[in-house]
Amino acid sequence: MNSFLARRLLQAIPTLFGISLLSFMLMLATPGDPITTITFRPSNDPGAAEILRRQLGLDQPPLIQYVYWLIGNDWVRMDVDGDGEDDVYGTRRGVLRGDFGQSIQLKRPVWELITERVPATLLLSLPSIAIGYMAGILIGLLAASNHQSWFDQLARVLSVAGNAIPNFWLGMVLILIFSVNLNWLPMGGMRDITQRQAGFNLMNSLPYMIMPVMVFSLSIVSSVSRYTRTQILEVLEQDYVRTARAKGLSSGKVLRVHVMRNALIPIATLIGPSIGFLLSGAVIIEQVFSWPGLGRLAIEAVSQRDYPVIMGTVVISGVMYLIGLIISDILYGLIDPRIRL
Amino acid sequence: MAASANRDSANVPMSEIVRLETQKPRSLTTEALAHLRRDRLTLFAIGMLVLLTLACVVLPPIIENQLEVSATRTNVIDRYKPPGTDNYFLGTDALGRDQFTRLLYGGRVSLGVAYGASLMSITIGVVIGMMAGFYGGLFDDAVNSFIAILSSIPTLFLLILVSVIFNPTPQVLIILLGLLGWITTCRLVRGEVLALKERDFIVAAQSLGAPSHQILLRHLLPNVLSLVIVTLTIDAGSLILIESGLSFLGLGVRPPTPSWGNMLTDARSSLATGQHLIIWPGIMIFVTVLCFFLVGDGLRDALDPRRKR
Repeated sequence: MNSFLARRLLQAIPTLFGISLLSFMLMLATPGDPITTITFRPSNDPGAAEILRRQLGLDQPPLIQYVYWLIGNDWVRMDVDGDGEDDVYGTRRGVLRGDFGQSIQLKRPVWELITERVPATLLLSLPSIAIGYMAGILIGLLAASNHQSWFDQLARVLSVAGNAIPNFWLGMVLILIFSVNLNWLPMGGMRDITQRQAGFNLMNSLPYMIMPVMVFSLSIVSSVSRYTRTQILEVLEQDYVRTARAKGLSSGKVLRVHVMRNALIPIATLIGPSIGFLLSGAVIIEQVFSWPGLGRLAIEAVSQRDYPVIMGTVVISGVMYLIGLIISDILYGLIDPRIRL
Repeated sequence: MAASANRDSANVPMSEIVRLETQKPRSLTTEALAHLRRDRLTLFAIGMLVLLTLACVVLPPIIENQLEVSATRTNVIDRYKPPGTDNYFLGTDALGRDQFTRLLYGGRVSLGVAYGASLMSITIGVVIGMMAGFYGGLFDDAVNSFIAILSSIPTLFLLILVSVIFNPTPQVLIILLGLLGWITTCRLVRGEVLALKERDFIVAAQSLGAPSHQILLRHLLPNVLSLVIVTLTIDAGSLILIESGLSFLGLGVRPPTPSWGNMLTDARSSLATGQHLIIWPGIMIFVTVLCFFLVGDGLRDALDPRRKR
């Protein structure tokens, strides 16, 4: 088990390098640059913009910029005023030493920005994943155990429809019905903006959560229920299920002990990646409901070319994804005794 | 397989066995077509897709001429007309353009992107997947690690970054989505080829000295084809979702070119006055994607040789 974990973590390292290098190169290839967007004012001195660019290290070639991002630049001297002589040491410590840099637009540490947004995203996605998986497995189980009943047909239709419906549109329709026409629920945001006390209060946020969580969990329910259904139907045909029935076990017990346990194995592998997409899967939903999560931070950063923030969010979601994969492997081993980790 | 066939035939009446024994063997294609002919839902979905595609390609100019409406000309007086007023079937948008023709023009973009990108990603996925599965070795390792990296960057981020670099016209979008979407197909095909490679007929072909390109094209390709066709239709559906999502975020097809996604972005700012502007583009996306998924499901059933009678 421990050696398995160690091996998986070691394997994750080159992947993370690849992710960060690839996204860094892509990011630098995007037209537009952050310096111009900050300093774009006719009265500004163009020389000052150049100094700022050199201070931020954005005048360096891409590969050097990547190295500085990775291991920092406090070991090299920079030529800030452009006279050809090196003036000061850099101040960045690099991702490998826990420094994600500073947001160019917001002028705050990226790590702070990310940790600020993560709770909001978790608040949206954890309940959605929990509801989605529970409801999905339940529906799949009921559909499969009443194979070809009306419920089974309904569940099939709903799962195809649920996958085909664009979730941002569903969100907008819900807003239209419940916020614009009925005026029952708030349109977006995470809490009442007139609220005085700072900090988070679940009861205040609950009405804001209802619609986004509904939309998010629906997409999970439809794929999980479909998957569960096919898995269970497949297991039901196995010889060991027939044997269990033949030796006189009650159908409930057959379902619980023999069918569910085997059918759940592949479903466990689904959970892992979906944990990984916790942080990014909600981008569009966050956008529709103006939810102040990580996804919106990323979209805003891309549109403002805020390089350190983009890199921070990409790396964090990459890490989450890899952790999710490892978790799903561990789950696999826990549920399936045939697999030795 | 033989054992299970014997077991099943025990329940079959003698006359049925005689009928089966004397029946002419039928190819997979005829079997699949016969199955499809009975599958009303799939036929309906195929019909809908054909109709939609035809409507998007043929109808817009005709409607514009006959009803004297326009998808491009702005008209301040006719803003936010509800559906059914004057010649506006589905009303007009915030700039007084006819929504019905705009939806059809948008359909050209969305369907075009879906068809183009899914064909492209399937082609790449099949070629790379078959090569990786068949040749194995260093190439296989390289493909695998590339896939590992590419699939652990959240697809949406990747698409966002890439679509910021290349100003996405529909044509560029086809190429982008095609280049990024081949991973799933590649994995599926590679797995299938790995399994097929060990089967007797491949080993036989190899031992008879068939060159590898012949094994790939004549023996392996037909066997992954049904998998490919099913993935193609499902992919086309998902691509419409992805394209409209991207356009909705403002990163896909840019206005004034209409696409179902960016029509919804515009509609967001007129929640109170133009509710018909929200409803219809979404319904178009939903119906189209649903049809693709249903066709995919139907084809999977029809092409699965192991399916129950």
